[in-house]
Amino acid sequence: MDQPTGYNRDPAAEQPPYLYPDYRSTVLRAPKRPLVPLPHTLSEITGPVYGHEKVGPLDHDLTRQHDGEPLGERIIVHGQVMDTHGRPLPDALMEIWQANSAGRYRHDADNHPAPLDPNFSGGGRCTSDADGRYRFVTIKPAAYPWGNDPNAWRPAHIHFSLFGTAFVTRLITQMYFPGDPLLDCDPIFNSTADAAARQRLVCRLDLEKTEPEWALAYEFDIVLRGRDATPMEG
Amino acid sequence: MSDQRGTTPSQTIGPFHRIMVPWEGGAELVATDDADAIRIQGRIVDGAGQPVDDCVIEVWQANVHGRYAHAEDTREMPLVAGFEGFGRAVTDGDGRFDIVTVKPGCVPGPEETVQAPHISLSVFARGLLKQLVTRIYFADETAANDQDPVLRSITEAGRRETLLALPRAAGGAPPVYDFEIRLQGPRETVFFDV
Ligand SMILES: [Fe+2]
Repeated sequence: MDQPTGYNRDPAAEQPPYLYPDYRSTVLRAPKRPLVPLPHTLSEITGPVYGHEKVGPLDHDLTRQHDGEPLGERIIVHGQVMDTHGRPLPDALMEIWQANSAGRYRHDADNHPAPLDPNFSGGGRCTSDADGRYRFVTIKPAAYPWGNDPNAWRPAHIHFSLFGTAFVTRLITQMYFPGDPLLDCDPIFNSTADAAARQRLVCRLDLEKTEPEWALAYEFDIVLRGRDATPMEG
Repeated sequence: MSDQRGTTPSQTIGPFHRIMVPWEGGAELVATDDADAIRIQGRIVDGAGQPVDDCVIEVWQANVHGRYAHAEDTREMPLVAGFEGFGRAVTDGDGRFDIVTVKPGCVPGPEETVQAPHISLSVFARGLLKQLVTRIYFADETAANDQDPVLRSITEAGRRETLLALPRAAGGAPPVYDFEIRLQGPRETVFFDV
């Protein structure tokens, strides 16, 4: 069979390293041995394919999962999923999870003494449409302390999980909000060396998609790895 | 191409991923009573030898015939109804995870080589800014493993063995394989640059 076309590899500065000592948990978890290069075989260019059957009609709206409305600032988060060639990725399964408007996760391991909101679970799911576009409705999460040092606070963020088209396009990331003063001192955000690449993690206030008298909108495009332009040398 | 842009950087999954919407099927790719079922019992430890109790493990694999349930696999080989080849597990307080699946068939590798049965595996956790990627091979596939181009590319003594799931002494169904993932240390698992 013909050699499959692989996926492009990102410049090192545009992705975080495994070892980033300012983020203390990396120290005992980052591999110390060099990674072994893996050619992109059929095992890497295939990957789980999930369609709309995994997603319910209201899964994209985190404000409508309970009888009452959650407290906090209602927001729309939307954007386009595409590859590095700018090609839209339709039918991409996306999962998000986040803290509530007080900075608390509905999770046993979160012991931050901020209130839980009985009307907010903080998890959502959707698939991108034919143009790769997606839209969530949620509330704006708050900052929270995280123990990396005695006064460490995560900037407000929403976790995103995407599969893309192949095992090697799998991406878990976080979306941040523009102008957040905590970004400058957050080691997780700053672990990516390239400043322009870091800015890809910050959404943009979108007044055009804002729904007047109802919710501000933020735009967050997500770029997954694209195919190499030419087939790999066998 | 003028429309070229950079990939969105990865960020850690963090400790609170279990809020993610429940994944039906989870870590059972086939039913436990499936005739081909095997159970992989894994464990993950960090550089201090402590269990990593907050991991998400994802696996991706071909079916028993060596066919991937994916459009890029255009070979004329049988698909297996209901077998998607993807599973997701979380580690418990001892760093253990459990996957029920089938041993995949061989799949093609570069330059007319044949890859031994293997399962692609990603580790996501707090403290990992991006996923770690490794592969589960099977210690009882000696002949296929000896021909596998990826295993053969790992020449340093003792490293190849970190990718082998070890069959537990016979008895019980489904058969069990043990697979340990060491993030650091003398027997650090081989992780791949994909
Ligand atoms: Fe978080």
